Amino acid sequence: MLGKRFNRMAIGTVAGVMLMAAAACGGGGGGATTASEAPTGGASSEAPKSALKVGLAFDIGGRGDKSFNDAAYAGLEKAKTELGAEIKELSPAADGSNRGDLLRQLADAGYNPIIGVGFAYGEDIKKAAEEYPDIQFAVVDSASNAPNVTGLLFAEEQGSYLAGVAAATKSESGHIGFVGGVENDLIKKFEAGYVAGAKSVKSDIKIDIKYLTPDGDFSGFKAPDKGKVAADKMYQDGADIVYHASGDSGLGVFQAAAAAKKKAIGVDSDQRQTVKETDLQSVIMTSMLKRVDVGVFEFIKAFQGGAKGGSNVTYDLKVDGVGLSTTGGEIDDIKDKLDAAKKDIVDGKITVPAKP
Amino acid sequence: MPAGLNRALLTVAGAVIAIILAIAISSVAITAAGASPIDAFAAFFDFGASERAQSNGIAAFINRAVPLFIAGLAVAVGFRMNLFNIGVEGQYRLAAICAAYVGSTFTAPAPIQIAVIIVVAAAVGGLYALIPAVMKVTRGVNEVIATIMLNYIAINLTSYLVRGPFAGERAAGQLTTTTPELPESAMFPNLNFVFELFGLLPPTRGGGVWGFLLVAIVLGIVIWVVLERTRFGFNVKASGLNGPAALASGIDSKKMIIAAMVMSGSIAGLIGLPEILGDKGAFNSNFTAGLGFLGIAVALLGRNKPVGIAVAALLFAFLDRAQGALQIANVPPSVITIIQGVIVLLVVVANEVTNRLALRLEEQRAAQELGRKQPVEVAA
Repeated sequence: MLGKRFNRMAIGTVAGVMLMAAAACGGGGGGATTASEAPTGGASSEAPKSALKVGLAFDIGGRGDKSFNDAAYAGLEKAKTELGAEIKELSPAADGSNRGDLLRQLADAGYNPIIGVGFAYGEDIKKAAEEYPDIQFAVVDSASNAPNVTGLLFAEEQGSYLAGVAAATKSESGHIGFVGGVENDLIKKFEAGYVAGAKSVKSDIKIDIKYLTPDGDFSGFKAPDKGKVAADKMYQDGADIVYHASGDSGLGVFQAAAAAKKKAIGVDSDQRQTVKETDLQSVIMTSMLKRVDVGVFEFIKAFQGGAKGGSNVTYDLKVDGVGLSTTGGEIDDIKDKLDAAKKDIVDGKITVPAKP
Repeated sequence: MPAGLNRALLTVAGAVIAIILAIAISSVAITAAGASPIDAFAAFFDFGASERAQSNGIAAFINRAVPLFIAGLAVAVGFRMNLFNIGVEGQYRLAAICAAYVGSTFTAPAPIQIAVIIVVAAAVGGLYALIPAVMKVTRGVNEVIATIMLNYIAINLTSYLVRGPFAGERAAGQLTTTTPELPESAMFPNLNFVFELFGLLPPTRGGGVWGFLLVAIVLGIVIWVVLERTRFGFNVKASGLNGPAALASGIDSKKMIIAAMVMSGSIAGLIGLPEILGDKGAFNSNFTAGLGFLGIAVALLGRNKPVGIAVAALLFAFLDRAQGALQIANVPPSVITIIQGVIVLLVVVANEVTNRLALRLEEQRAAQELGRKQPVEVAA
């Protein structure tokens, strides 16, 4: 009798553990990446003795995403080598329940400034900033919401404008595409700039636009299957270049491009270099770089110089906070055209819309 | 020695051995990951250097335990009668968003405001659990399948509600979607005065120690009384231990299934409230997900008894708190998940072993009393 009951209980355990594992996988597989990553042993002790202690908290996924978080870490590492900063980076639990705790633990351990990577930190940074008014905070992709918080924003629309110019110039069919991960204000900036850039080259160009998930449902950033379906349709309809701003879902866009023997444009980091699958590298014509590393490093440098928060800093074309990658040399032949467009934006001759 | 005490000692011994084994196995994993197990275990007890860090660490620990405890209770009520309510996850998310939205539509004195929010949460959770219960009673649909499927519906429904009908104002430059903010009267007062009583700095962490802790404690006591000291609790236990026998003694099993499922769902409805009423003040896209699944592990570890569940929730929360401390000590924080998984598996194994051991001891004792050499069969 009892044995039977416990058998059922054991089955329940197995089911539960499997469900938890499934839930953890859905959460972004961040844990596994962190585990395989060698801990930065003794990093802090090697750094020269200095007063500058910089803390950084990643969003779910953490280090090893070959994109956004890794770019932020690159900026932090640069601060360590060039400014002699003592650095510490923390990743949240897979359910993201302890973002605020991480900020407080960094603050309590004496780190100042502290950087939160990703808009999800917006709320938590605000609360932590109120509790620790003597510490300077920064948040990537979210606006400043307290006197000691700096918002690190990027002019994604300007970089996307150049991507649009490149796509429209290179397109032979006069038909291009855009795949957005989540239909929120951030990703709409990419779309707006891309469309404006493409139309500046060819005013009657056909542009397919598809968002993978509506605002509030962030699964669109980690759904390569959906990205592939969306891009497949665009290529079948005659598009020959598709630009994606969809995080991990971009892998599906690259796969669709490879299958259709067409081209794609990457986002955030130089994806021709970072994508693991070698057969997909050649389909990535260029990538719209969002230099989170520059943002993080410049913020730390400005902090050292005595800068205080309370405002937003926007990294645009003028400071090379956004731009296009040239790995593979596929856009070298239209360099003059891109440089001219960039100069016009920097000089203020062209104002790129941030809303479609 | 009385048989009951014997049994309890065996259980405790089993749990202690399971935890020691879990530490040993985890040490191997930590070493394999290239870190030092001693550093790792020191990090679990390192609550920070300053007084403020320690207060914050304690608050984080307790605040994590509260929703885990409620989740464990919700799952355990079903487990007691062999009902596997895997749907706790969906029930609490749907209940949390409905309660947060309803709470934001009016302003009343704090006790009324908070009471209404709690009642709405319990009602939504209970009603959502009623669906699989009715399906099981009328059509014999397995509740495991039904609740898993209903989870997907609830998860997608909440993400639709938070950006659609229940969406609130978003501050300029923020990208998180959220329900309208709750009025001040809906925020549950914190328990920071306890820290001041002990002469400690009050924690600042997310509104301090969440006052919902008191609700959780009361809930735990009520569940214990209902399960152990009422006829309803006896019926639940009897139906779980032996359905046909319970039926024969006049317990309506259909009624029991519906009652237990709805009770489990109502408790599940409260899981999200500590966070919403204590810290966030709204349901937003950063809402903590996955507590329903963790509740399964907590309930198993706590052997479906309120006191055991409290211990299990505290243990899980204690381990979870070290997420930051481990990384500061350069230990990969995934060891937390490894330790938790190993403990749950080992405790289930230990339960089985101690049960068999207890049964054998009981058989021998009975045999001696009867003055026979051969052991006799007894019911444990």
